[in-house]
Amino acid sequence: MKILVPVKRVPDPTQKAKIKDGHIDLAGASWIVNTFDEYAVETALRLCENGAENARIAGSEIIVVSLGPDDAAKEIRTCLAMGADRAIHVVTTDEEIDSLVVVKVLQGIIASEKPDLVVMGKQAVDGDANQVGQMLAGRLGWPQATFAASIEVAVDKKSLFVGREVDGGVEYKSVPVPSVITVDLRIVGPKAVKNNVTPETHVYSGEGARLPSLKGIMAAKKKPMVTAKVADYGAEPKAMIKELSVTLPPPRAAGEIVPDVVTLVKKLADVAKVL
Amino acid sequence: MGNILAFCEFTDGVLRSSALSNIAFAREAATHHGGEVIIILVGAGAAAAGAAASKFAPKVITVEDPGLANYLAETYAPIVAREAKANNATVVTATATAVGKDLLPRVAALLDAGMASDIAKTTGKDTFIRPILAGNAYSTVQISTPIICVTPRQSEFEPAAELGSAGTVTASAAGAIDALGASFERLDAQKSDRPDLGDAKVVVSGGRGMKTGENFKVLEELADLLGAAMGASRAATDAGMVPADWQVGQTGKIVAPNLYFAVAISGAIQHLAGMKGSKTIVAINKNKDEPIFQVADYGLVADWEKAIPELITEIKKLKASR
Ligand SMILES: Cc1cc2nc3c(=O)[nH]c(=O)nc-3n(C[C@H](O)[C@H](O)[C@H](O)COP(=O)(O)OP(=O)(O)OC[C@H]3O[C@@H](n4cnc5c(N)ncnc54)[C@H](O)[C@@H]3O)c2cc1C
Ligand SMILES: Nc1ncnc2c1ncn2[C@@H]1O[C@H](COP(=O)(O)O)[C@@H](O)[C@H]1O
Repeated sequence: MKILVPVKRVPDPTQKAKIKDGHIDLAGASWIVNTFDEYAVETALRLCENGAENARIAGSEIIVVSLGPDDAAKEIRTCLAMGADRAIHVVTTDEEIDSLVVVKVLQGIIASEKPDLVVMGKQAVDGDANQVGQMLAGRLGWPQATFAASIEVAVDKKSLFVGREVDGGVEYKSVPVPSVITVDLRIVGPKAVKNNVTPETHVYSGEGARLPSLKGIMAAKKKPMVTAKVADYGAEPKAMIKELSVTLPPPRAAGEIVPDVVTLVKKLADVAKVL
Repeated sequence: MGNILAFCEFTDGVLRSSALSNIAFAREAATHHGGEVIIILVGAGAAAAGAAASKFAPKVITVEDPGLANYLAETYAPIVAREAKANNATVVTATATAVGKDLLPRVAALLDAGMASDIAKTTGKDTFIRPILAGNAYSTVQISTPIICVTPRQSEFEPAAELGSAGTVTASAAGAIDALGASFERLDAQKSDRPDLGDAKVVVSGGRGMKTGENFKVLEELADLLGAAMGASRAATDAGMVPADWQVGQTGKIVAPNLYFAVAISGAIQHLAGMKGSKTIVAINKNKDEPIFQVADYGLVADWEKAIPELITEIKKLKASR
């Protein structure tokens, strides 16, 4: 299977948000691969390998694609170090792009790469938009399976059986290839991905995406990463969705520590009036 | 001048409470765009729900067809996009539920529309305020496409009230339906008599410190006493203690009840993102240094094993005394 994985670099979410000139101050920020995209790379790897033998299935290929500034190359290398085969870095600034531009560029890349599957994160944890996957599928006229918590590849490899986390339970949807899958947190569960090659008995650690090994990091340095521009894909680097300003929410008023349950109930009933 | 097309979810012939938040936003958008709110109902039972929906908007469009019995983004999106064009909509909306989030970006793609997801507020014709960075900041965005797609957050818009007079209901033919090879297989639903997490007035959530699913029973007893919905942290859902759709947080449900109990939850930013908007927050945790105490209105440093049964007893006493 040939899988395309779009990834975005995002500021490390554990950093405190600071505002400068009405926008998030990113000077000195440290960056990570969007967690859901890291999970998407992990998912793609699990789809393309025999997990028990830690060996790639012949003919499989994983291509990571990212739109971002020059130094996003670092996060792209991280994905290569995890095990992706090659990368396309579309060099641009965050001001030039929005979901629509990202989708157009991805569409252009898909037209030339012709992957069997696009596997990506369900949302980028900086903007929390949760749009690009669905928009991309709509543009391509491909089916979509969003919020995937489990994937099972059919024996003939022509379709996927996807468990989707929805309100009120888990929905199972079957999609043919090619299609767009967006992954949710639980896709990295111990047995969430079944590819019909990895033995049923194999259990992944379930502790998130794999860390790049030292060998992986060395290998990543030699893996191909081509750079391109937004205009190469017939898209205009012009955002129709513009951020005018950012504010921080007012801090919550300081609360109090109550000594015991009796006091707690009294406060809830008499002060907060919520009981 | 443009109309607002509001995709609304329904069950058993009535609009879901989540849809009423969507209508509330749609009405605000209509004042900015000068048009009217048009509700669109798609799927099995749409026609039957038309009458109930017509109490909320001057116009309702229903699209029902055996091929639309189960929700699929592939089949629903082209219908919503088509009706948006046919009805001169400049804004298309759906509540940010699992369906709304799955559907609306696909509709946006078909309409070349820019989209504002999960919005908390609208400040004009094309400007919206939405949480970013797990709710740690609020971004004002401006969208300059001719049609705009928006998913309002249920917890940020008070449910719309009925109008004085009922609107018209029009059935629209589904037209050619093409699922592009996708199919709905089944829904493994979590049956519960408790209120929906999305609109419960009280939520009781447990975290990893509950240790087992069995231990959640005592929280459920507290929840039932308060008519509350059950919630959980990701650690608890990932460990399989409780169903995945109980997860509250950046990637789970966003809730804003009057009263939120966080029991044995540390208060990671991703969890806080889902419950910071609650009016009153109670944290019960054995470790006084946990970040959950920084957002709690009332914090109790205690083991849940001792505190929760006591809490149930005290609340029962309070109720009996009234
Ligand atoms: C991309 C991403 C998205 C995420 N999205 C979400 C999300 O939507 N929702 C979410 O919740 N998390 C989310 N997380 C996970 C989040 O970062 C935390 O890991 C998670 O919230 C921790 O859950 P917890 O507080 O239950 O567990 P822990 O952090 O392990 O805390 C357990 C708590 O229980 C307390 N405790 C233990 N025993 C007792 C006792 N007997 N009595 C009282 N207290 C006790 C401990 O003091 C501790 O504070 C996400 C993470 C990532 C990376
Ligand atoms: N700049 C980008 N480059 C590559 N992929 C992206 C970019 N922005 C978003 N994506 C992909 O789209 C997914 C959803 O992002 P969003 O809709 O912005 O929340 C992410 O998880 C990525 O897979």
